[in-house]
Amino acid sequence: MQYWRKPLDADKIQVPHGEIHIVRDRCKGCGFCVEYCPRDVLELSKQFNIKGYHPPEAVLPEACVHCQLCEMLCPEFAIFVTLREEVETIES
Amino acid sequence: MSKQNNNLPEHPMERLLRMDRIPHIWCSTCGIGTAVSCFISALEKFEYPMDKVAIVSGIGCTGRVAGYIKLDSFHSTHGRAIPFATGLKLANPELKVIVISGDGDLSAIGGNHLIHAARRNMDITVICVNNFIYAMTGGQSAPTTPLTANSSTAPYGNSDPPFNLPLLVGSCGATYVARWTALHIRRLTKSMHEALNKKGFSFIEVIAPCSTLYARRNRLGTGLDLMKFYHDNSEIKHGAPLEELDINFQQKIIVGKFIDKEKPTFVDNWNNWLSQKLGSKFVPYGVAKA
Amino acid sequence: MKADPKGVLTGEHYLDGDHACAEGALAAGCRFFAGYPITPSTEVAERYVSRIPMVGGIFIQMEDELASMAALVGAAWGGKKSMTVTSGPGFSLMMENIGLAAMMETPCVVVNVQRGGPSTGLPTMVGQQDMMQARWGSHGDYQIIALSPASPQEAFDYTIKCFNLAEKYRVPVLFMMDECVGHMTEKVVIPKPDEIEITPRRLTKLAPEKYLPYKTNGDLVPEMIVAGTGYKIHSTGLTHDERGYPVMSPGTQDQLVKRLCDKIKLNADDIIEIEEDQTEGAEVIVMAYGITSRVTLPAVFKARKKGIKVGYIKMITAWPFPEKRVRELAKKVKAFVMPEINLGQMVLEVERCAAGQAKTYHVPHAGGWVHDPEDIYQVIEEAVK
Repeated sequence: MQYWRKPLDADKIQVPHGEIHIVRDRCKGCGFCVEYCPRDVLELSKQFNIKGYHPPEAVLPEACVHCQLCEMLCPEFAIFVTLREEVETIES
Repeated sequence: MSKQNNNLPEHPMERLLRMDRIPHIWCSTCGIGTAVSCFISALEKFEYPMDKVAIVSGIGCTGRVAGYIKLDSFHSTHGRAIPFATGLKLANPELKVIVISGDGDLSAIGGNHLIHAARRNMDITVICVNNFIYAMTGGQSAPTTPLTANSSTAPYGNSDPPFNLPLLVGSCGATYVARWTALHIRRLTKSMHEALNKKGFSFIEVIAPCSTLYARRNRLGTGLDLMKFYHDNSEIKHGAPLEELDINFQQKIIVGKFIDKEKPTFVDNWNNWLSQKLGSKFVPYGVAKA
Repeated sequence: MKADPKGVLTGEHYLDGDHACAEGALAAGCRFFAGYPITPSTEVAERYVSRIPMVGGIFIQMEDELASMAALVGAAWGGKKSMTVTSGPGFSLMMENIGLAAMMETPCVVVNVQRGGPSTGLPTMVGQQDMMQARWGSHGDYQIIALSPASPQEAFDYTIKCFNLAEKYRVPVLFMMDECVGHMTEKVVIPKPDEIEITPRRLTKLAPEKYLPYKTNGDLVPEMIVAGTGYKIHSTGLTHDERGYPVMSPGTQDQLVKRLCDKIKLNADDIIEIEEDQTEGAEVIVMAYGITSRVTLPAVFKARKKGIKVGYIKMITAWPFPEKRVRELAKKVKAFVMPEINLGQMVLEVERCAAGQAKTYHVPHAGGWVHDPEDIYQVIEEAVK
């Protein structure tokens, strides 16, 4: 990370945070959300849901940046993200 | 923070889904649900009264889409989604009519209707989810099954060359033609939104994984493995010549927006020509009531 | 409700049956027509498309009959009264979506100007060989209504009735013309719009949140909606429940399919129209429909002159079959005679309903021309023995 170029307006960039909601029993365990989360927030849980699939769980919930990729990719309408109020800047 | 209890807020797509029918019938790692997610996101951005939007499907796995979307929705017969939609649209030109169906439904049994709707520039949007196979009936060859791919009716590999769908509809006169995979969610959503706003015949091919039949029969892993394949092997080439859009078995898939043009629709032509020929005797059709 | 004056060409005309049928459709309020050319029905489409631009409606020549019929079902849900016309080969193709129309309970009218078959058969010559196909042509159990006109005037009048029945029972109504009636030119009187009774669509008055698309309210026919009015309904060709949602269970199938059949069967008395002449006290009854009902008349008159008590029934409604009346008469008469331009179709129904109580004679004709009345007379003579 230390080698990354730092944007000149880094102090102005606001990083949103998302709150992940998982409808566990609707999930069919395809793993699309886990695979494509750009922040590796999700992992398939060890537990089974009611259908016998392993739904995802947020293992790094604080890392979610509300990109909603999981929400769009999910074929089951089983995961979605709401925007959290607090934002942070890259500087902080 | 993640919530995993029952006190969830409403999923933002629930407004446009028949939640009393969810979970849907599609298999784990099937891509149709993802295409539907994208479609619903596009609908949410579509500035049009949702009461005036209708969905028509044919038969097959993708044929079930109409039944899950909370709009006026019709699950018609095999291959006939486009003529059904044609009747619906012509009877009530205020409607925005979208056909969502599969590759076999639209291009095999419904192939004649597909080319003629494109030729007429019927003002409908057609979303064709292409999973390369007849999935509902157990994995038979479709007119989109790539050469050499295995299906239950091509157990030694397919020797029957497939359609290049963008070329087919483009050459028939479609005003909007795009192809994306189920992994290109943002671009697919944007394309769907553009198609919804398009006047005339718009067509989007969505390459989507079928894990249970296409992937399994061809030993390609799961739908997730197919998504990874799309990630590594699809190439965005907007405006690519349609002849170059063939899809070969497990080879590069060219995606993008290929056609986006303006043309009078079927009803425009009817009204323009007949008012020219018949003058004031002619009662224009489908023009907003005064 | 009275007819919309825009579509009614009031006056006395000299029209063939096909043109009269098109005028009937316009008078009935048909504003959507999807069709595919086929002899001997094409003139209906030609007449319609030459008139509709001035009436205010739309015509589309589809790529085939499969598409025409599918478009018809779509257009009906879009709120228009809709029709298509065809002949035997096209009728076969339409069967698929006639089934869909029956299943989705979609009002629409399909005209079949019958020609000789099977297959391409006799494109320009008469037949009455699609009568059983009209009843049973699409797969599965369902009931439809079928009417058969015997003259251009009837082609006009009963086309309107077809539309009215379609709306009343939410069912595809098949108008079984034949080439002779289609191409026969006679005087047709078109009444004033306020003399033409029109059945409007049975649209629900319920609010969207209270409405279920396939819930009936006592009379077996659910109320309908027009797509785009906020009801957000689902309709499917799959077996469905009151919500219109697919339910794959024997129970739902039983409920739905029985109702689809019952709504016609139990209302047969209201639907059926037949014309009777001297059936009381008759020894023999000649039953016929379409052009054959006219060709039969000289034979009936000749028999009467010879002192045979011949009753005559012209069936305007072919389906549902006038079962009750035939059963009643079977107890009183010696025999039924049915001439048809086929090798035995509707006569099977007569035979079934006569149930051995009266004999049944068929006067077959393979098609291409109408019967010689003398052939019919011979059978009457034999039947009375």
